[in-house]
Amino acid sequence: MKVLVTVKEVAEADDDFAIEGTDIAESDLEYDLNEWDDYAVEAAVQLAESGVADEVVAVTVGPERSEETIRMALAKGADRAVRVWDDALEGSFPDVASKVDLFEAVVDEEEPDLILGGVQAADTGFGATGVALAERIGFEHAAVVNHLDVDADEGIAHVHRELEGGVEELTDVDLPAVLTVQTGLNEPRYASLRGIRQAQRKEIAAKDLSDLGLTADDVESALTITSMYEPESESDAEIIEGDAGESAGRLAEVLREKGVGA
Amino acid sequence: MSVLVVAEHRRGDLRDVSYEAITAGRELADERDGDLHVAVVGGDVDAFAEELNREGVDAIHAVDDGEEFDHNAYQAAAAELADRIDAGAVVLPNSVNGLDYAPALAEDLGVTLVTDAVGIEYDDGLTVTREMYGSKVETTVDVAGDRFVLTVRGGEWPPAEGVGDATVETAEVDLPESGARVTGFEEVGGGDVDIADADVLVSVGRGIEEEENLELVEELADALGATLSASRPIVDNGWLPKNRQVGQSGKVVTPDVYIAVGISGAVQHVAGMKGSDTIVAINTDPNAPIFDIADYGIVGDLFDVVPELVDEFA
Repeated sequence: MKVLVTVKEVAEADDDFAIEGTDIAESDLEYDLNEWDDYAVEAAVQLAESGVADEVVAVTVGPERSEETIRMALAKGADRAVRVWDDALEGSFPDVASKVDLFEAVVDEEEPDLILGGVQAADTGFGATGVALAERIGFEHAAVVNHLDVDADEGIAHVHRELEGGVEELTDVDLPAVLTVQTGLNEPRYASLRGIRQAQRKEIAAKDLSDLGLTADDVESALTITSMYEPESESDAEIIEGDAGESAGRLAEVLREKGVGA
Repeated sequence: MSVLVVAEHRRGDLRDVSYEAITAGRELADERDGDLHVAVVGGDVDAFAEELNREGVDAIHAVDDGEEFDHNAYQAAAAELADRIDAGAVVLPNSVNGLDYAPALAEDLGVTLVTDAVGIEYDDGLTVTREMYGSKVETTVDVAGDRFVLTVRGGEWPPAEGVGDATVETAEVDLPESGARVTGFEEVGGGDVDIADADVLVSVGRGIEEEENLELVEELADALGATLSASRPIVDNGWLPKNRQVGQSGKVVTPDVYIAVGISGAVQHVAGMKGSDTIVAINTDPNAPIFDIADYGIVGDLFDVVPELVDEFA
C-alpha cells in the first residue's frame, strides 16, 4: 500500500509583529512544519513500520524554502518527497480548489491507496483541502480523525472522529481514502540525527505547473485578502503589575476575596 | 438569490450552531433579496423541522434518512436542495461535521468555499472576515463569483429565535451508497475526576513546556484547594488524561474561578471556559487572546509567578 502524506510549511507570527499591507512582516514570521501534518507524518511512518504501507511519499505545495520543512518528514521516515511550486503561485492566497488542482495532479502520478494530512493548517485555518481532494479524486474520506487502525486486507480504515464535547464517532471508511488527522492521534517522533542525515540523500522531486499538466488559469484563486489587522481587544481585564512576587501577592489577595484557598 | 442553511444535530438534539447558522444565512439572504431555506437531514426530522421554524426562515426541507450524521447523505441532500432552490449560498456550521462535508459539497457544486467565517458582508460580492495565524490577526477576504459554500464559526452570530411561518416539506433526495459507515459513539475520559464539577480550576497549557514542570501547577492546585485541568496540547502530549481537557472537544467548565497558566487562549479552548465566573490568566505574551476574556491578568513568566503564588497560600 502506498501512503501519500500532505504536509505544509506554515508561518507563525512572533509575539510582537508588524502588519505590512495584507500580511505580517516577513521578519516577524517563523516557518515550521504544520503541527497537524506532523501527526499525519507519524501515522504514515507507523503504517510503514508495521508493514501495512510499502511506501510513504510526502507532498507539499511551497517555495524552495519549504524543502527544509519537507526534509523533516523525510527525516522522520517518509521515503521520498514531491514539492510543487510555480511562480504563478507567488503572492496569491490560494483557494481550496486550486490547491486541490495541484494535489490531484500529484495523486494521478502517484496513485496512492491512502492519503493522510492534517485537518487544518495553523496559519490559514481553512481545514478543507483533504476533504475537497477526496471529492475530486473519488476517494472516501473522514475528517478530524484522532484514532486510526488500517485493515489493509479488508481495505478498511477504522477511525475515530473527534466530535465536540468529548464524544468520538466510530467510523469505517473504505479505501482508498483521504483522512485528515487531529492532533493527539499519536506521539510524533523527533527526527533522529541519523534520520536527518539520511533525509539529505532522499529525493525531493520539484514540480511546476507544466510538469503537472496545469496552467496558471487552473490555480487562479477566487479569494483575495483585502485587509489584515489586529483584532480589537474587548478586554476589561485588570492587569496586575509588578515583579513576580508583587503580582503574585496582589493576585493572592484577589483570589482570597473570591474565597479561594479558604 | 436564495440561501440554504443545513442544520446540525447529534444524538437526538439540534445543536446551537444550527440556529446561529440560520441568523448568518438570513443576513446573507437579506443582502441578496432571497429566501432562506433550512434543511435538516436524518434523525427525528419532523420534530427538528418544528424547532427550526424560527423567525426569518422561509422554507424547511426535512430529509428523512438515518439517525445520525452521514457525510454522504448530508452532501447529497445539500447539493440537490441547493440545485432545486437555485441557492446562491449554502451556509453550514464550522463544526467537526461541517468540516467533514462542506469542502466536498463546494467541490461537488463547483463553487468557492470559505470556512470559519466570523463576519460576512455582501455588497456586489461577498467579503468574509476570518482569523489567521492562530487568531493573532483578522483578515477580510473578497470572494470572486456569486455562489459559494460558507461555514460559520460557532458563537459569532446570535441564535435565531421566535416562531416562524416557514413552509415545511419532506424532501425526497436520492442518497448514494456510502463508503464510510458510522458504527457507534464513544464518550471519552470518564475518569475519576469531573472537572465540570470543580469550583476552582487551575488549568495548564503549552507554556509549561515540559512534563516535569507540571509538578509546579499541581502544587498550586493543591495550595489553592483547586482541581487541575489543561488545554489541548497537554492532553495531546499524554501528560494528563483526556478527562482533564477543557475546550470545544473536551469539557465545558463553569467554575467560580478559572486560573489559566501558560494558556494562550485559542478559540477552541475559550469555547470551553468562557462561562467561568472569574478568569485569571498568567502568560508571557501580552497579546495572548486569553487576556481578552480574563478578569485579572499577570503578564509574566509562569515559572517566576507560580512559585510565588504557591508561597502565598502555603
